[in-house]
Amino acid sequence: MSPTFNELSAGQEIGSRTIEVTRTDLVKYAGASGDFNPIHWNEAFATGVELPGVIAHGMFTMGSAVQLVSDWAGDPAAVVDFQTRFTKPVLVTDTTGTPEPGATIEVSGTIGKLDAEAGTARVDLTVVSAGQKVLMKAQAVVRLS
Amino acid sequence: MTINPDLQGRSYPAAEVYDVGREKIREFARAVKATHPAHFDVDAAKALGHTDLVAPPTFAIIIAQRADAQLIEDPEAGIDFSRVVHADQRFTHHRPILAGDRLVAELHVDGVRAMGGGAMITTRSEIFALGTDDSREPVTTTTSSILVRGEGQ
Repeated sequence: MSPTFNELSAGQEIGSRTIEVTRTDLVKYAGASGDFNPIHWNEAFATGVELPGVIAHGMFTMGSAVQLVSDWAGDPAAVVDFQTRFTKPVLVTDTTGTPEPGATIEVSGTIGKLDAEAGTARVDLTVVSAGQKVLMKAQAVVRLS
Repeated sequence: MTINPDLQGRSYPAAEVYDVGREKIREFARAVKATHPAHFDVDAAKALGHTDLVAPPTFAIIIAQRADAQLIEDPEAGIDFSRVVHADQRFTHHRPILAGDRLVAELHVDGVRAMGGGAMITTRSEIFALGTDDSREPVTTTTSSILVRGEGQ
């Protein structure tokens, strides 16, 4: 069931989601997106450019975080605007060959603002990994019926 | 290497056409761990009133980053890709991207400002769908800022 404008209010929570990330996920995202920057799959390269290790693509984090909003809206096409700032990298440790994730991303969403004229709701996402906010001003505008 | 300040205001016209395929939408959706049926099942997308599979909200990054590559690889720009950090990103959808779309992107360099020994560069891609008569329908506007780190940053 898609949410309707009149039943929403600012401050309301839309839910939360945990995303487990492995090095394999980063290789898949590199292939799917065409972003083959080696900082996202090669440890030696990443540490060579003064990163603490292999980090997730910012666009992987942004793209996986918005799924909470797509599912809540009931139609991914209802997400008419989506923006974020990338503040901290998501460090993904090498857990290849084990069932453990290399990082965990926690996403939760709250209604930030309602625009009655446009018939839209702004969902503010909180996106945390290893106890730090990795995205700031992560806002998705959803068109509602 | 220093960033060329004359980049500001520069535009790169639409180059190659990007054909949006169903399997690419499915592959990208899986890669961002999306599960909504409108990305995978044509009947589910049609039930929501779309003509074909709906791309995830950040799918346009594929087309935008191809457009950005024209700038990053432009020897006149003076950008060292290994020192580039993605600072922010925005997608404004005028309509959803659907399987079957034929898309082109026009790249605009909206801002260049020095930061420490590096620079913050803001680009905007205007993404259009080509019609059968070569008409252009606005689909998505993406804006992106990259920080090119200077030495010691």
